Amino acid sequence: MTQKGQMVKTTYREAVREAIREAMRRDERVFLMGEDVGRYGGCFAVSKGLLEEFGPERIRDTPLSESAFVGAGIGAALGGMRPIVEIMTVNFSLLALDQILNNAATYLHMSGGLFNVPLLIRTATGGGKQLAAQHSHSLEGWYAHIPGIKVLSPATLEDARGMLWSALQDPDPVLIFEPSVFYPMEGELAADAGPVEIEKARVRRNGTDVSLITYGSSLFKTLDAARILAEEGIEAEVIDLRTLRPLDDATFLASVARTHRAVIVDEGWRSGSISAEISARITEQAFYELDAPVERICSTEVPMPYAKHMEEAALPKTETVVETVRRMTHG
Amino acid sequence: MGDFTMPSLGADMKAGILVAWRVKAGDRVRHGDIIAEVETDKGLFEVEVFEDGVVDSIRMQPGWDKIPVGTVLATIRAEGAKAEIPAVAAEKGAGERVKASPAARKRAAELGIDLATVQGSGPQGAIGLADVERPAGGEKPAEKATAGAEKKKTPAEFQAGMRRAIAAAMSRSNREIPHYYLETDIDMSRALAWLQEENGRRPIRERLLPAVLLIKAVAKALEEVPELNGHWTQERLQLKKKMHIGFAVALRGGGLITPALHDAGRKSLDQLMAALSDLIGRTRAGRLRASEITDATITLTSLGDLGVRTVYGVIYPPQVALVGFGRIADRPWAEKGLLGVRPVLTATLAADHRATDGHHGARFLEALDRALEEPEKL
Repeated sequence: MTQKGQMVKTTYREAVREAIREAMRRDERVFLMGEDVGRYGGCFAVSKGLLEEFGPERIRDTPLSESAFVGAGIGAALGGMRPIVEIMTVNFSLLALDQILNNAATYLHMSGGLFNVPLLIRTATGGGKQLAAQHSHSLEGWYAHIPGIKVLSPATLEDARGMLWSALQDPDPVLIFEPSVFYPMEGELAADAGPVEIEKARVRRNGTDVSLITYGSSLFKTLDAARILAEEGIEAEVIDLRTLRPLDDATFLASVARTHRAVIVDEGWRSGSISAEISARITEQAFYELDAPVERICSTEVPMPYAKHMEEAALPKTETVVETVRRMTHG
Repeated sequence: MGDFTMPSLGADMKAGILVAWRVKAGDRVRHGDIIAEVETDKGLFEVEVFEDGVVDSIRMQPGWDKIPVGTVLATIRAEGAKAEIPAVAAEKGAGERVKASPAARKRAAELGIDLATVQGSGPQGAIGLADVERPAGGEKPAEKATAGAEKKKTPAEFQAGMRRAIAAAMSRSNREIPHYYLETDIDMSRALAWLQEENGRRPIRERLLPAVLLIKAVAKALEEVPELNGHWTQERLQLKKKMHIGFAVALRGGGLITPALHDAGRKSLDQLMAALSDLIGRTRAGRLRASEITDATITLTSLGDLGVRTVYGVIYPPQVALVGFGRIADRPWAEKGLLGVRPVLTATLAADHRATDGHHGARFLEALDRALEEPEKL
């Protein structure tokens, strides 16, 4: 047994696996299904070993039909189960968009409040692994458009470990977007790490000069930028949104009220993105606090390139954040 | 519509304090009227306006600290011209407004500051929060000079400021100006004899000082070598038609100011004497005008009172020459094969080699010598 407060070395992948394992142990209604989650151990090896531990009834390989197995998940949830449905990447989730939007997100409404759908969908998102234009996009911002679901984006080990159980307690559909580039990320996590709240953004670094609002795969790039800026005497506040729907605007609006400047760092495409939504809310609710136009750093609006240097060029970069903030603060 | 801006009262002045207005909006002003008082490291100065018209609006209130040179302090409209609002609208074009961040606007409203008086430091001159809280680049937020006198500098503070101002100007001079030096000895016997005779005819209060002869002689020599009368700006010598001779005045507490005797070339000896007394008096009383600080086209410094024989001066930029005079002392003097004792003055010229060459300088000293040999023509 590990002691309370003790830190253990782990990875993002292991943290997610541990979260699934804990949920399976604590609640017998919980089961995992998806493409290659069983015998193969998951496309990103998240569920490796779980088939052996929990058996084929609870760790279920599915046919290559996102629409079918997400639909099955909805049915299971309606039937009283607590399914965890893994969709290999966010691009493939579009095949299940009809199930997610037209069924999972609407049942409670269309049943007059009778049927909750406690479905949990996990999927890998984002670029950085040279998986090209059909496996690398960041579409979580699209899902944040849909009322009736929650959209989570764990960036830290703590959130990878803790968000899943909290999401399973939610009576309505929750989508968790795990940046695929983070799976091998190593770090330390409290041995007794457990569920975390999923409604609030977190200030990951305090600052006074600018609010850097980000989430998911851009969090650590943004924190790196904040460190570089600090050496130049610019104190950036870094906000990890964690949850894209519902958006915790109170946290970032309060930050903007302190710093009077906002930069949104979002790996999604710029047009019609979650970054646009955040910018709009700042302008709507904190207009008189702004001392500079809100800036956004997003992915270049192209299909994600395969070539490494081009993929890097398309994704938000630490240097861009640094340069943008320098320009904003020096006028 | 003309802008009345924070003047540059010295080669290296970057900012000044607006101490008081002598006019208010709606007042009629004429070219040369003193309309404001500005304090710099070198003291308090009266600032004139250089156009005729009506004070349209006062843009800065007294008490703002460190207002950058060039900041609009007030606007003057030509008499008969329309008042501010239509004029500004016409100037700026319909719909164009001050660029200011929402936070800056909110703060300005709270502080009761007119954004038109604030200089923006952001992109395209946009006004940010910091610009409002530290208006026009000043160092402190609004400190209204209600009691006026309470901000008086202590003598030590004044000295420190004075030294800073001198340091800035002289460092720049030494850094930028390639000086060349020429000197000549001048037989002053004719000049002094003439002066003695002239003063003998005058009532005591109208007597002339030797300095007046020297100033007049410098002006005369400059007529022959106008290349030394001007400013070096924008990489070239800008000759000045009028001779505004800066006269170095030592202050009692220490430090130095070289106010200009305006148009010395056209003034008679009597006028020069009156102007010099007035100028020295006002310099020591701290009531100089801005134009007297900025207009000098050449500087004259005389350290003869202190027994100095030769002065090697440092040019006050952007001027291109400085004439130095030592003590008039009896010295052996050879002339036409005979050795005699004469009152002799050593005159030096420090000149900017970018603007002129030694040839000009030599001609100038020669002309100066000649002028002092013929005092009756001065």
